[in-house]
Amino acid sequence: MLPNAKINEKIAFTLLRMAMGLVVLFVFIILYYIISNGYSVISLEFLTSMPAKRMTAGGIYPAIVGTIYLIIGSMAVALPLGILAAIYLNEYARPGKVTWTIEMAISNLAGTPSVVFGLFGLAMFVKYMGFGPSLLAASLTLALLILPVIIRASQEALITVPKEYREASLALGVTKWQTIYRVVLPSAIPGMVTGAVLSVGRVAGETAPILLTGAAYFLPRLPDSVFSQFMALPYHLFVLATAGTNIAQTRPIQYGTALILLIIVLGVNAFAIAIRNHYRKKMHR
Amino acid sequence: MTDDFANGTEIEVRGLNLWYGTNHALHDISIDIPKNSVTAFIGPSGCGKSTFLRCLNRMNDLIPNCRIEGNVNINGEDIYSKGVDVVDLRKKVGMVFQKPNPFPMSIHDNVAYGPRIHGAPRKEIEGIVEYALRSGALWDEVSGRLNTSALDLSGGQQQRLCIARTLAVKPEVILFDEPCSALDPISTSKIEDLILELKKQYTIVIVTHNMQQAARISDYTAFFLLGDLIEFGRTEQIFESPQRKETEDYITGRFG
Amino acid sequence: MFKRNEMEKGVESLLFISAVAAVLALFLLCLFLFRDGILLFKDYPLTGFLTEKSWYPTSLDPRFGLQPLLFGSILVTVGAIFFAVPLGIAAAIYISELASPRVAGILKPLTEILAGIPSVVFGFFGLVVLVPVIQEALDLSTGQTALTGSVMLGVMALPTIISISEDAISSVPRSIKEGSLALGSTRWQTIHKVTVPAALSGISAAVMLGIGRAIGETMTVMMVTGNTAIIPGFPSGLFEPVRTMTATIALEMGEVPQGSEHFHALFAVGSVLFITTFIINIAAGHIKNRYRFRL
Ligand SMILES: Nc1ncnc2c1ncn2[C@@H]1O[C@H](COP(=O)(O)OP(=O)(O)O)[C@@H](O)[C@H]1O
Ligand SMILES: [Mg+2]
Repeated sequence: MLPNAKINEKIAFTLLRMAMGLVVLFVFIILYYIISNGYSVISLEFLTSMPAKRMTAGGIYPAIVGTIYLIIGSMAVALPLGILAAIYLNEYARPGKVTWTIEMAISNLAGTPSVVFGLFGLAMFVKYMGFGPSLLAASLTLALLILPVIIRASQEALITVPKEYREASLALGVTKWQTIYRVVLPSAIPGMVTGAVLSVGRVAGETAPILLTGAAYFLPRLPDSVFSQFMALPYHLFVLATAGTNIAQTRPIQYGTALILLIIVLGVNAFAIAIRNHYRKKMHR
Repeated sequence: MTDDFANGTEIEVRGLNLWYGTNHALHDISIDIPKNSVTAFIGPSGCGKSTFLRCLNRMNDLIPNCRIEGNVNINGEDIYSKGVDVVDLRKKVGMVFQKPNPFPMSIHDNVAYGPRIHGAPRKEIEGIVEYALRSGALWDEVSGRLNTSALDLSGGQQQRLCIARTLAVKPEVILFDEPCSALDPISTSKIEDLILELKKQYTIVIVTHNMQQAARISDYTAFFLLGDLIEFGRTEQIFESPQRKETEDYITGRFG
Repeated sequence: MFKRNEMEKGVESLLFISAVAAVLALFLLCLFLFRDGILLFKDYPLTGFLTEKSWYPTSLDPRFGLQPLLFGSILVTVGAIFFAVPLGIAAAIYISELASPRVAGILKPLTEILAGIPSVVFGFFGLVVLVPVIQEALDLSTGQTALTGSVMLGVMALPTIISISEDAISSVPRSIKEGSLALGSTRWQTIHKVTVPAALSGISAAVMLGIGRAIGETMTVMMVTGNTAIIPGFPSGLFEPVRTMTATIALEMGEVPQGSEHFHALFAVGSVLFITTFIINIAAGHIKNRYRFRL
């Protein structure tokens, strides 16, 4: 072997290692920075009290509540719709123009920027349907945003169910839907739950769509109907970090809010992975 | 092919052709399959044995762009005619696959699955489960742990569970597609014994690539080659005095 | 019997309708987006939107020139890609070709953490950490520059690029790699002469999707790029504040009266953004399907 080739390989591998190291470094810097600055702010009081003194003090309770409402609202719509759509695509659809169109629509929804969903929600739900800036409008907008995520995750879960289960059931004279309902879905549920949980993280973190469809800068009370405006964690962080005259003064609250957001999103991701691994083990016993 | 079968004819196939897309996989097959006997399909791999077997309970319907022509009559009814309910057909014609495929449920629920869905009254289920597991020669081994996962059983036990699961639906015909090819010799002989027991009540069709197995358990044997049915007759006749050169070559091990 | 078949048909119809909901959603999205966008051109010429060099939405004689915003988006995205593509592909190669399975099993979820962090948190981090660093390091009057946005967007595009490239690289059949090694090539020669070229279509798709992600990102750029709507120079514009299409929509929509010219102008910008990402998505899907490595 030429000594040159050896040297080149050494250099190249060193560069690859450095690149990987840099990526890992980014992850740790960001996590470290938010955690180290935020953890001292977080207390039970911070989580459960209203903002005070024009948001320069107090807690983030209404923003947490608003985010939870958004999660519930958007999942209530997107989860059933997404799972049913995935079942159709995996179990019933035959290759052809119709299926191609559906698949294409899903891929493009998945790649559409969230701010465009915000515009759409504003035009359709807030204005055209007359919901006004509200929890309802924002939840529906977010539901469409996560619909492709849920469909894709559910499809993946369905694909992993062995073909043999379906054949065995059909060969017993069981109908297609009963086969899906009794055999396929029970095996696919863990994967579907994983996808659903991942999209909870997405809902919790999205800012641009709710900014256009009903998130409020500040509200003195919690939303009392689906037509109320609401506060939400990501928008709260954005507002405190960029607007107003007290940016420096509210910095601790900003770190606290960022950390809570991070905990929700990463916690939810970890939870999803744990579910997946748990069931994977169970299945392969 | 006239039916000089002792128990009459269960299945009559006339002029069956099958295409996977443009691949003409079965050529003009005609055969009569006797009631309450074991009929074996033999032939080199890829000759269309499984494909033909799956025609008998319309499992090929599940394969996109698979096209079938011809008649398959089971007890006088053409199963490919328009009004036929595939689901009812498959209740009557059960199937056991090459690889044991129990559902990821308990042993009990695997067997109860079919009767439950077909609406058996709740209080009859236990009786059916026991009957099916006994008929499947598995009861003695699992009666104490019906609620444990079926996936914990050995391969041979899993396959007998799949047979019991099929029996629980009370079929008339059971199709076996190489049921022992994934099993060890001891499990294989248990299943062979079971099949011999089952033929008293059921019509059995079994695909096997193992000629000794066909010789041991079957009453009739059909030899397939490249999508053609070459020869069909009593098993002794096929093995001892084959009429066709191809059959003789195959059973004497000259190819395949 | 009859009832059973009806039930099966009913279920299938319900499932079909659910699947079609995705098409309906995309259709409605286009409809509402374009409808409000096109209304701009009732009073404001399309040519002005496309050729006008300035975006002065609130002056007495408002100007709705797309160019500053479009070039702003392009500049920030190009910067991000320059930074994220080599880094992402290198990391993907490391994970699939050099790292032991155990290490790869740690590195993959670690990079996925980046995908999970909300963009507003990235924006916040960029604002409090990267902005001052860039300002001091480059001795600028403000650290809120296109470059800052590029770096943050690059970091955010990394997980997309890494995970899809990694998939593509690890799906190159072993036999091909072994064939090369057996000829006496070094591992590195095998990687860059055989493995990476074989995975090129997947890697290209990864890059396309990374671009799509970067160009559509809103909160991060809005928080770190300073949001000044002037056509940026290149490369000098990298060191100045810049305004992207996404940031413009998010910043200005709160203050405009619904149905005004300005309101419609923002929808027109949104339409351009949507069409851009639509094309990118189609292209990415096409590359991936067309040249997928076949065994
Ligand atoms: N699902 C399928 N799609 C297309 N071709 C198939 C399919 N199944 C089997 N074939 C083809 O049909 C022929 C017969 O296959 P098969 O019935 O599985 O043979 P055997 O069971 O005798 O080994 C083979 O050429 C095989 O490639
Ligand atoms: Mg076969």
